[in-house]
Amino acid sequence: MIPGQFDYHRPASLAEAVHLMATLGEDARALAGGHSLIPMMKLRLATPAHLIDLGGIGALKGIRRDGDHIVIGATTTQHDLLASAPIAEALPVLQEASRLIADPQVRYLGTIGGNVANGDPGNDMPAVMMALGANYRLEGEGGAREVPAAEFYQGAYFTALEPGELLTAVVIPVPPAGHGFAYEKLKRKVGDYATAAAAVVLTMAGGRVATCRIGLTNLAEVPLLADAAAQAVIGTDLDDASLQRAAAAAMAIMQPAADGRGSPDYRRHVGGIMVQRALKRAAARAS
Amino acid sequence: MNDMTPTREEREARLEGMGCKRKRVEDIRFTQGKGNYVDDVKLPGMLHGDFVRSPHAHARVKAINTEAALKVPGVLAVITAETLKTVNLAWMPTLAGDVQMVLADGKVLFQNQEVAFVVATDRYAADDGINAVEVEYEPLPPLVDPFKAMAPDAPVLREDIKDKSDGAHGPRKHYNHIFEWTVGDKDLTDVAFRKAEVTIKELISYQRVHPSPLETCQCVCSFDKIKGELTIWGTFQAPHVIRTVVALIAKLPEQKIHVISPDIGGGFGNKVGAYPGYICAAVASIVTGKPVKWVEDRMENLTTTSFARDYHMTTEIAATKEGKVTGLRVHVLADHGAFDACADPSKWPAGFFNIVTGSYDFPTAHLAVDGVYTNKAPGGVAYRCSFRVTEAAYCIERGMDILAQKLNMDPAELRLKNFVRPEQFPYHSALGWEYDSGDYHTAMTKAMETVDYAGLRREQAARREAFKRGETREIMGIGVSFFTEIVGAGPSKNCDILGIAMFDSCEIRLHPTGAGIARMGTKSQGQGHETTWAQIIATEIGIPADNIMVEEGNTDTAPYGLGTYGSRSTPVAGAAIAMAARKIKAKAQMIAAYKLEVHEDDLEWDIDGFRVKGLPEKFLGMKDICWLAYNSPPPGMEPGLEAVSYYDPPNMTYPFGAYICVMDIDVDTGVYKVRRFYALDDCGTRINPMIIEGQVHGGLTEAFAIAMGQEIHYDEAGNVLGGSFMDFFLPTAVETPHWETDFTVTPSPHHPIGAKGVGESPNVGGVPAFSNAVNDAFSFLGSVHIQMPHDFWRNWQAAKDLGLIREPAAA
Ligand SMILES: Cc1cc2nc3c(=O)[nH]c(=O)nc-3n(C[C@H](O)[C@H](O)[C@H](O)COP(=O)(O)OP(=O)(O)OC[C@H]3O[C@@H](n4cnc5c(N)ncnc54)[C@H](O)[C@@H]3O)c2cc1C
Repeated sequence: MIPGQFDYHRPASLAEAVHLMATLGEDARALAGGHSLIPMMKLRLATPAHLIDLGGIGALKGIRRDGDHIVIGATTTQHDLLASAPIAEALPVLQEASRLIADPQVRYLGTIGGNVANGDPGNDMPAVMMALGANYRLEGEGGAREVPAAEFYQGAYFTALEPGELLTAVVIPVPPAGHGFAYEKLKRKVGDYATAAAAVVLTMAGGRVATCRIGLTNLAEVPLLADAAAQAVIGTDLDDASLQRAAAAAMAIMQPAADGRGSPDYRRHVGGIMVQRALKRAAARAS
Repeated sequence: MNDMTPTREEREARLEGMGCKRKRVEDIRFTQGKGNYVDDVKLPGMLHGDFVRSPHAHARVKAINTEAALKVPGVLAVITAETLKTVNLAWMPTLAGDVQMVLADGKVLFQNQEVAFVVATDRYAADDGINAVEVEYEPLPPLVDPFKAMAPDAPVLREDIKDKSDGAHGPRKHYNHIFEWTVGDKDLTDVAFRKAEVTIKELISYQRVHPSPLETCQCVCSFDKIKGELTIWGTFQAPHVIRTVVALIAKLPEQKIHVISPDIGGGFGNKVGAYPGYICAAVASIVTGKPVKWVEDRMENLTTTSFARDYHMTTEIAATKEGKVTGLRVHVLADHGAFDACADPSKWPAGFFNIVTGSYDFPTAHLAVDGVYTNKAPGGVAYRCSFRVTEAAYCIERGMDILAQKLNMDPAELRLKNFVRPEQFPYHSALGWEYDSGDYHTAMTKAMETVDYAGLRREQAARREAFKRGETREIMGIGVSFFTEIVGAGPSKNCDILGIAMFDSCEIRLHPTGAGIARMGTKSQGQGHETTWAQIIATEIGIPADNIMVEEGNTDTAPYGLGTYGSRSTPVAGAAIAMAARKIKAKAQMIAAYKLEVHEDDLEWDIDGFRVKGLPEKFLGMKDICWLAYNSPPPGMEPGLEAVSYYDPPNMTYPFGAYICVMDIDVDTGVYKVRRFYALDDCGTRINPMIIEGQVHGGLTEAFAIAMGQEIHYDEAGNVLGGSFMDFFLPTAVETPHWETDFTVTPSPHHPIGAKGVGESPNVGGVPAFSNAVNDAFSFLGSVHIQMPHDFWRNWQAAKDLGLIREPAAA
């Protein structure tokens, strides 16, 4: 439970950080809140030769509105999200999800950038980002680009981040006023990753679902966007049959692993239930 | 007497004696982070040790290459079994009469077994060192399932003893067999079963769990070459026994060994045994001449040092149609792992499991326990219970519920019908114990009335109907548990550890100003001895508890005792404290009689001093007597006021209690909610009600954790799963239910102050209450027994097995 040797760098600017990432190459890892990376280093599952601490870069932290988008800097902590008035108003689902991540101590240090860049299927924010239709802003020495959250995840711990690139911000389209949202997470105890979880963002019109996006956490190697499940409820008033169809469609794409949380059968089953509960709760909140 | 004279109540209150909710004095330092634990011990030049551990459950060790490790900066030595052989310490004796490898000698027998010990200048270098040691293994087939241990073609685990037909506890039936232990009258019991109108038979398993104290096992060993003395600071629940063991195996004279247990962050049985880390740190200190520290990390703690339980209990009860029990037959398959390192009194290979007749008047019973080796970590400690008593309580309390279900009778009613009756005490059980005292009917009835048991059953009946009609997906369970513990090991006639009788001790020394120090052979790990021991003395000799300093854990200064585990401290050391105090009081009485110029018999004790009978104004307080004891004792009397007592208890004590748990389970997710948990404990005389309540809260929380989630699980290859707090269920305040506590008081007739011990009762009684609640919830759907742990997934699986789970319709 002791990490191996590494060098520590604390750049003061994004340019410096990107330069370090580029020159140190594959041996370097960005360090944000450290609450995923350091446990892995203690187990020597990660053995980076260089840690590049992003904590000294002021430009990477903060929440701002940019037209009809909210831009959250990568090193904004989960606690910052909970304390933010603009987030409470425009993106309450982020607060609901943050509150279900770990415990206050972890949330004081854990960052939004680290949570979405980590690539662990257990992280909660990626599915929420998928449901919100967010993009991630990535920057390397070659310049900046934006990748949709829904296209970012390639496998467990494999993402669209190229070597030398940093994730600098998440860019989220502000959902319309009166949208409904919910993040339903089943876990064994406080501080546990999801046995199964579902994020729903939807709008209602005349008592029927007008738009809907559903994200799933920890039900496959990567976070999932449950398109067919969302299609199954659009145009319905979320009667029991449509809810069941949505659950069945979501379950069809789930491929959870067996672990201490339960068998794949169990996790898929409760995954379906999380989808139904999230849909119902989101609809009840929509106006 | 003037107005300033304190009233009797004020004098009593000032003592803060027995019955007072005295605040824990040790918490002043603990809550400020000022405790002094083993890891706080930092000595000049101290080195750090860390283990290379086996990735395999069963493998031959072909070669260990330490060359690269020795080149790691800061690494000073790598100790292997070969090194230890030069000092004859490659193997060590266990408390259970077996031997255990200190470091892998030719072979490894469980995953994470200690293979080599790297000694370095700091913890980081040591860890780099262990990663540089190259070990060549040849994997062997692992034996994981204890039910396959004695198969004719099972792999041979213990090559060192494979041809030995006798073990420490008699004949062995197979090379993977450790012992068979039988108690009771087999023929009579067989007859009872042949004649029985109703019988039940069920395999009731108690999964492997771990005590998981917050502070892991650790030590600092410092060998002084000049004096030839070895000092060991360690997380020892039984420091004196550790010193004796070290003297025996290291062949050092006992006075040259100093064992010190400083503050301990929880033990729960984990810190009774001796572990390879202690031996390796001691050898490393002797070899290097420097102090060596070894501190286990969380994964090492959960996966190597002493699991608990792993009992597979085939339970049969015979009864009449009316529900009177007529016989009990239990066979236990006990999975002991790779070495038999159970921490039981030496003559008790299955501890006191023969308390399995519980609180019921079984006319006859028979018990057989087979211990077997598997490729798992050794241990088998008493995790917050007296030796194997939790397993026994779970066995009989599940069994009684299963019988009630078969008889279609209420489980509480079945218990009331079969309880040992108050007039039967002292009660001789069919499996050989003499229960000291009890009033089970009163306790059970009080519990049932407090929770409105009849009302709960009515509600449950209505909700079951609603479930059947499809109106709810929630089921309600009511778990009843009535346990009898057996604690306070123990009488020298039947209890010893490595030949050392299980007495305990106390020394009290009062000083001239009326304050003093008391030392015991026990060692608190959070139980609050510094608080409660002083309360016993306060009541016995009228010195305020605040004026008594309690000190334990240093083998140079404390009297020899067997330590703290198995709820033995109050029954044994608590008695020694009272007896030592009474010796002081007897001397004080002589001093008072001399001073007051009366005969001793003319004096009577009055709260904090002696009074002349019939002359209330002639009074001499203990504070003054202390002064006189030193400065003007009666002619011919030695000055001073101190006493020692070594107490060999005449019997065990038998605390009991009635617990009721109400739980709701959502069958679709398996998620449960504990709606209510009521715990009535009878631990005899209550020394500090607040500490008792704290002990009950803590024990119930552990019981909740065990029943509802804890498991050290091994996969088919022998990989240990659940070796971190991510998977090993340690509930937080959020998950922990609200506890309601209550009590009755039935003092122990043979204990000087009537106290029985309480620390472990809630773990013993709590587990069956939770498990019975889950099983009771499912019982109306045709389920008979669901194995622990009852986590969400397993509850859902139980519902699925009963055909209750529907997949959502796709079209
Ligand atoms: C006890 C505990 C419980 C937890 N429970 C949960 C939970 O329930 N749900 C949940 O979602 N998370 C949970 N976490 C994880 C926590 O939320 C982490 O903080 C988060 O996953 C990672 O954020 P971080 O800022 O700590 O990143 P770090 O640990 O510093 O980094 C994680 C990874 O992302 C990379 N990285 C970080 N920032 C960037 C960046 N800007 N650009 C490129 N790469 C980057 C790092 O190189 C590293 O590979 C838990 C953690 C702990 C310790």
